[in-house]
Amino acid sequence: MNRPLKKKAPLPAGSEWTFESIERYHTEIARVAQGYGLDTYPVQIEIITAEQMMDAYASVGMPVNYHHWSFGKQFLSTEKGYRRGQMGLAYEIVINSNPCIAYLMEENTLPMQGLVIAHAAYGHNSFFKGNYLFRTWTNADAIIDYLIFARNYIAQCEERHGVEEVELLLDSCHALMNLGVDRYKRPPKLSMAKEKLRQDEREEYLQTQVNDLWRTLPSHDLRKDSAPERRFPEEPEENLLYFIEKNAPLLEPWQREVVRIVRKIAQYFFPQRQTQVMNEGWATFWHYTLLNTLYDEGLLADSFMLEFLQSHTNVVFQPPYNVRWYNGINPYALGFAMWTDLRRICEHPTDEDRRWFPDIAGSDWHETFDFAMRNFKDESFVAQYLSPKVMRDFRMFAIYDDEKQENLKVSAIHDDAGFRHVREILSEHYNLGSREPNIQVWNVDLRGDRSLTLRHQRWQGRPLADSAQEVVKHIARLWGFNVRLESAKDDGTVELLHETRLEKRKARN
Amino acid sequence: MVRIIDRRFDSKKKSAVNRQRFVRRFKQQIRRAVSDAIDGRSIRDLDNGESISIPAKDLSEPHFQNGKGGIWEQVFPGNDQFSSGDQIKRPQGGGAGGGGGKASNEGQSEDDFVFQLSRDEFLDIFFDDLALPNLVRTQLARVTDFKSRRAGFTSSGVPANINIVRSMRGALGRRLALGSPFRARLRDLQDELEKAIEQYGEDSDEARLLRDEVGKLRARIEAIPFIDSFDLRYNNRVRVPLPTTQAVMFCVMDVSGSMDEEKKATAKRFFMLLYLFLNRTYEHIEVVFIRHHTIAKETDEDEFFHSRESGGTVVSSALELMRDIIRERYAGGQWNVYGAQASDGDNWDNDSPICRQILDEEILPWCQYFAYIEITPGEPQNLWREYEKLHADSNNFAMQRIESPADIYPVFRELFKKSLA
Repeated sequence: MNRPLKKKAPLPAGSEWTFESIERYHTEIARVAQGYGLDTYPVQIEIITAEQMMDAYASVGMPVNYHHWSFGKQFLSTEKGYRRGQMGLAYEIVINSNPCIAYLMEENTLPMQGLVIAHAAYGHNSFFKGNYLFRTWTNADAIIDYLIFARNYIAQCEERHGVEEVELLLDSCHALMNLGVDRYKRPPKLSMAKEKLRQDEREEYLQTQVNDLWRTLPSHDLRKDSAPERRFPEEPEENLLYFIEKNAPLLEPWQREVVRIVRKIAQYFFPQRQTQVMNEGWATFWHYTLLNTLYDEGLLADSFMLEFLQSHTNVVFQPPYNVRWYNGINPYALGFAMWTDLRRICEHPTDEDRRWFPDIAGSDWHETFDFAMRNFKDESFVAQYLSPKVMRDFRMFAIYDDEKQENLKVSAIHDDAGFRHVREILSEHYNLGSREPNIQVWNVDLRGDRSLTLRHQRWQGRPLADSAQEVVKHIARLWGFNVRLESAKDDGTVELLHETRLEKRKARN
Repeated sequence: MVRIIDRRFDSKKKSAVNRQRFVRRFKQQIRRAVSDAIDGRSIRDLDNGESISIPAKDLSEPHFQNGKGGIWEQVFPGNDQFSSGDQIKRPQGGGAGGGGGKASNEGQSEDDFVFQLSRDEFLDIFFDDLALPNLVRTQLARVTDFKSRRAGFTSSGVPANINIVRSMRGALGRRLALGSPFRARLRDLQDELEKAIEQYGEDSDEARLLRDEVGKLRARIEAIPFIDSFDLRYNNRVRVPLPTTQAVMFCVMDVSGSMDEEKKATAKRFFMLLYLFLNRTYEHIEVVFIRHHTIAKETDEDEFFHSRESGGTVVSSALELMRDIIRERYAGGQWNVYGAQASDGDNWDNDSPICRQILDEEILPWCQYFAYIEITPGEPQNLWREYEKLHADSNNFAMQRIESPADIYPVFRELFKKSLA
């Protein structure tokens, strides 16, 4: 770190920003961030208008995306809310790509731009680069290229097969998006060139695969008595979109490719859904720390700090459970509190901390931070690092709600007896596995009507919402034959929830 | 090194395609909403956009979700009264407390989805599959001719268009304005100089100093350019479209005693709808209002709808007037003639056959289309029966019966439905 020899001139104050001032802020923030050892992708800052921000909202925050009515719906509702002043736009959107793209909105004041640079371009950016989930599941170098590929491919399909046809397919895929992710293995790297090269090959190959599957039918029939019934798939499959892409008998090659595109994009967003508290908390912690460091160096004006602190305070506010606008635990608030407290545990541990966190109490906070940022997701981060102090500060309590009992029960509160239980329950909040219903491909009736059976494993007696029926229709559209959705209860009995019967082949040929 | 990119001037309307997709996708619902909107609003508003609301459930995107029920255990912040083991009454309607978390799992609010349809989108849907039958263009296709017309002056243009008088006038004004402070000072100096010469003599230092200054001021006045590019004015010409497809629309309405205000209002909506439709098809439309009781009269729009005189009914008087006006002003194949007649059908008995004759022989041959609506809740009247004979063998004559304002929109669509080729 090169220390400035003489005292630096303070950064520009006031609320109007210019390109020069943004660049100067960035230089200083980058310098301080480097001093703290934040490892980031190169930064690309893009200045956009409010309308462009709404565009970005509408296409799930990505700079390019394929066209779909649901993005239009999103745009219309954002636009309505914004025009009527019911909601402000987020100050920033940051894209997990290399270089890391951070959008700054034209309307923001200079302090806000400084805040956003620290928050997005250094906080989120370093998290994207370091966290294991992002490293495993996303490929920052290739995502923009892949999105361009996806948009062009889908536009081509629209030309060839009609907008309507493609739209229906996308609707069905979107319905399964949350069930279209691999949880446990590394997806192949995406690159536009490779994708293009391999795509024709893949189309043909996939088609022959599928045909093979069904070509075996007659022989099976012949030795019906001797062969034991073959299960397909042999193991239940939890990635529905993957299963459909590889096995749906009636999809055409281009349709498989579209399914694949939606699946890949769902996979790209998978880590974000699992690291909200950590990621936002991390970014909030760093904008707070970086800007305070700059202030201590005398580079920031008081007016800057006041504006910054005001919006920082708004962001990390946690309303209590009993106010009307309570909307769950604020991930910014929880994340910021946890990271701040982690630093405190490292620097100024109390006896309680030494009991709870013998490994890290009094350790070097930089190392502890780096380790925690790289190797956890929300669920494990809370389970590992939520300290009694944070639980006390938030005055957390756990409610046990069994529909069979008349009353709700307070199962634990923020006291010595309850800390561990509260922490366990809160960690469970962020477990996607228990938050979302568990639905897997159970069986395909290869020898009969080729119907697809999905099984929902009930967890804690929680039923599926009514929307399931609609989703089953979407699956049937993709699968092309009957689709059944069963639900296995806790006691092991299975009931049929929905069944969609259709005979699609006739309509097609 | 950071890259800062200014994207503000990149292509706007990135979401336009998605928006179109959305409108296309929900055309049915939007069309229904538009139709409701037209029923509810004043006809004069028809040219504006509309706020459209669609039931949220129609456009939900389903996902597998956990439903209500089963066992949930959740953490809430802000404990103010509970200790472990407390029993709490289950809050009703998914309010605060235990129900809150579950309600958010349901995720969907049942509010309508409201958004703003622009004027063009609104009208597009309104007129969607309408087209005038036998839309014969009197003149070829819709090639617009342009005519160059003078339109004042501009400060930019090609040298050939420089307007010298205007430019010089500007230059003169500028020279006066810029030079006047110097000139005022010059006058003062000259007075001083004369005094100085008188007092100190021709060659004194004071006189020389003043003379120098006078010289400097002169030079500055000289330095004001005679003409500056700023002064230039150019003749401005604009190209105005010359309508090649023009139409005239005749609104013929019965204002006899039997037409009450309600019926007039209904007729008015019918005319307005027709006008709007023509407005989209033709670049230039003239509207002729003819009101009649026993005698017909051409009026302006306001009088047409709001004047109070009334009397008996002789429909043929109006048709004769219409015929005369066509001959006088709209003959010669330059005009597409459309007629819209509204009446309660209550005509003087002997007059109806005459009406039919005039219409058949002297109006319909010149008309692209003639529509008759009879606003009556009861049995068809004599005029209707006469017109029915006409209806059978002319393909540019249409007739419809309307009972209430609510019928207008369907009737309008019926009248101008796309004719199957």
